[in-house]
Amino acid sequence: MDTSIANSNLKSEEYFINMGPQHPATHGVLRLLLTIDGEIIKKVEPDLGYIHRSIEKMCERDSYQQIVHLTDRMDYLSSHINNEAVCLTVENALQLEIPDRVKVIRTIIGELTRIASHTLWWGVMGMDVGALTTYFYGFRDRELINDIFEETCGARLTMNYNIPGGLMFDIHPNFVKRVKDFIAHFKTKLPEYDTLLSGNVIFQKRTKGVGILTKEDAISFGASGPVGRGSGYSCDVRKHHPYSALDKVSFKEILRTEGDTFARYQVRVDEMWESMSIIEQLIDNIPEGEYKVATNAVIKLPKGEFYQKVETARGELGVYVVSTGTKNPYRVKFRSPGFSNLSLLNHITVGGKIGDLVATMATLDIVVPDIDR
Amino acid sequence: MKVNKTDFMTNEALQNLITSWIPELEFTEEGSQFLNITVQPEHLHQLMSQLKSNSETNFDYLFCLSGIDWGKELGVVYHLESTTHRHIIVVKVKTEDRDNPTFDTVSNIWLTAEFHEREVFDFFGIKFNNHPNLKRLFLTEDWEGFPLRKDYVDEINMIIK
Amino acid sequence: MNLTLSITNNIHNWLFSIMPEGVASIAEMVLIALVYLAIFAVAGLYLVLLERKVAAWFQLRIGPNRVGYWGLLQTMADALKLVSKELTGTVKADKFLYNLAPYFVIVSSLMALSVFPFTREFQAFDINIGIFFLIAISSIGVIGILLGGWASNNKFALIGAMRSGVQTISYELSVGLSLLTMVLITGTLQLSEIVEVQKNGWLIVQGHIPAIIAFMIYMIAGTAETNRAPFDMVEAESELGAGFHTEYSGMKFAYFFLAEFINMFIIAAIATTIFFGGWLSPFGITESIPWLGVFWFIGKTFVIVFLMMWFRWTFPRLRVDQLLTLEWKYLLPLNLLNIILMALIVWLNLTIQF
Repeated sequence: MDTSIANSNLKSEEYFINMGPQHPATHGVLRLLLTIDGEIIKKVEPDLGYIHRSIEKMCERDSYQQIVHLTDRMDYLSSHINNEAVCLTVENALQLEIPDRVKVIRTIIGELTRIASHTLWWGVMGMDVGALTTYFYGFRDRELINDIFEETCGARLTMNYNIPGGLMFDIHPNFVKRVKDFIAHFKTKLPEYDTLLSGNVIFQKRTKGVGILTKEDAISFGASGPVGRGSGYSCDVRKHHPYSALDKVSFKEILRTEGDTFARYQVRVDEMWESMSIIEQLIDNIPEGEYKVATNAVIKLPKGEFYQKVETARGELGVYVVSTGTKNPYRVKFRSPGFSNLSLLNHITVGGKIGDLVATMATLDIVVPDIDR
Repeated sequence: MKVNKTDFMTNEALQNLITSWIPELEFTEEGSQFLNITVQPEHLHQLMSQLKSNSETNFDYLFCLSGIDWGKELGVVYHLESTTHRHIIVVKVKTEDRDNPTFDTVSNIWLTAEFHEREVFDFFGIKFNNHPNLKRLFLTEDWEGFPLRKDYVDEINMIIK
Repeated sequence: MNLTLSITNNIHNWLFSIMPEGVASIAEMVLIALVYLAIFAVAGLYLVLLERKVAAWFQLRIGPNRVGYWGLLQTMADALKLVSKELTGTVKADKFLYNLAPYFVIVSSLMALSVFPFTREFQAFDINIGIFFLIAISSIGVIGILLGGWASNNKFALIGAMRSGVQTISYELSVGLSLLTMVLITGTLQLSEIVEVQKNGWLIVQGHIPAIIAFMIYMIAGTAETNRAPFDMVEAESELGAGFHTEYSGMKFAYFFLAEFINMFIIAAIATTIFFGGWLSPFGITESIPWLGVFWFIGKTFVIVFLMMWFRWTFPRLRVDQLLTLEWKYLLPLNLLNIILMALIVWLNLTIQF
């Protein structure tokens, strides 16, 4: 870090703290430069790029099937939904007719991914505010989902189950039963976990009225996902631009108006309930059929520009592909939800205290590889 | 992508309305799902603020800001959406000046543009007038060159197939 | 007890027979100090292991179980590791104060440990101002913290030390006042007398309502005074703002670390002595076997230590300003009102006596 920033901020009252890249509360390699006056934060400046892997440049030399494998390293907690985004872009561009079976399975696994991501978020949220035990409880339930994924998709975290045209293999025969068992189990656990944190007075005092984001600011900053919905901004891509089997299920979009950290917390917990309800609507009626459509070995998109939005656990992911008709895309841009969500960190934490910063960061739920790409 | 429609304006209606503001715009729907507007750099800021402030269009959500190297020109593509009317539009701006490409910033219209424009500056070298904090975002301060340009050469780090 | 009493009497007589009086009493004091140092070290080590096991139990895992049967030698291994570490120091640190700071914390903990009555007539130092002495000694520990932060020559360590010091000093008030509430019933500050008074029923039962309130305030204030969760913002933010012991490594760090656990033990021991009858058995069931008193004392203390560990692994942390608000705006006025209530109850003879 060059010293020019340090020197310009070293007045008699303010000092300069580095919440460095290796830090339990930054959810990845994110460096925050804080300028604080005693306990009050004056400025927060994120320093990004520690895990920049130039995915967009790599996409320009890879084929469309290979791009899918790069996307699940972006936001690795909702990797299936990232894959789905790219596959949908390619399929819509080629105007392929995807079988219903594929759509339903994609939605079910997408919602399972969302639950897994939110469970991990819940565990980490508790840990950030100091209740260290919640980390273990969150991971314990996430393990059950990971086991389901391992059996069907072959991997626990970066699943690559989606390919342009459908799925890589059909679901395992145990899949339906295991998902139903998991839902039944999780429905008993989630109220217990929720009360453990949200019923606790200390937690409420740490999160209510902290990090307030108004609806206008949320729209202007491009906040999406639970961050936007906690401020009353209706931004669920699953409602406004449905994809896969999401137009066939009925679910509520969770909105809260307070815009503080506690509201964002509650939005995510309620979203877990909605995801379970979506899975329950679909799991018993998976249509029979093919699990993929044949595509050419070398996929070439027609000349033009294509955009696809999906709702990951973090918010709205956009895939923008510019194609000149060759086998590699000309330009791929990933509009990541974490990028916009992080940009409002300075706005909502200035004037608060350091303890509030940690709690607010936890509810923004950023995954830094998503931001750095 | 299916769209829910409330006060939704069709591409034709949008085109008619926007042409009336600034005459020198190019409209096309070819090769894209949405209406594309190509605007000259000097009218960019005016068009953008009118797109946001006009209540019939009300494009208050800038959801994607991408830089593109078109081969000869450098450009920026803005994807805009209205949260109330749910129509989407794409605005493009290009310049042939590859040594010192400059556009007006839109970060005073949409606050999200501040970080996005830093990213475009970092990877393409496009500067933005009146940007509050135009420095590199992902790469280190002393990095030379702009990686996402098509003529970027890096013997060590790039693996060409 | 008669066996132990006779041992101590024998050693006392033997020492006085072989050396002149002055030297013998000094030798006796040194011997007792060594015994307590040994207790201190062993207790500290096993408290750390207990914490890890309790934490594992709450988090649905097993905890250390490889080193020694059931993990019993784990902290021994940790202590060996810490001893073998290089003692680093910063260049511009004030060497004398830097080395002195850990000793303040240890000395104050050891001194506090010496006044507890483990059972009848098994007490190292039975001073007639027992409680007053205890509270005074615990204030000395703060000096160690502040010195450690200052002498590290590290801006962030200093800030962390000051925040920790503020927290400790504020909560000492509550600790003192809640203990004072109980002194109103006993009428004496001497710890062995306080336990004698509880032969008519434990003080928490004798004092019923105000005693229960005093106990709850005492538990909160005691946890806060030792900088344990949920009041450990100062240490937790140590990744951010650096706690006071950042610049310490090896054995000196081990001193600070051990002292924290011993302080926890002391808070629990005070609670046991004042509120829960010290070494007395409930309803006097083993009164005829005095040496069982040690086990009752240790048992009760460990229940309270377990309670403090339970707090740590369940609750989120309080923010620093919320912590201080809790003390100055809520606990202190409550405490003062409680004293008045207790005074009323004692004056009107409404205490429950068995």
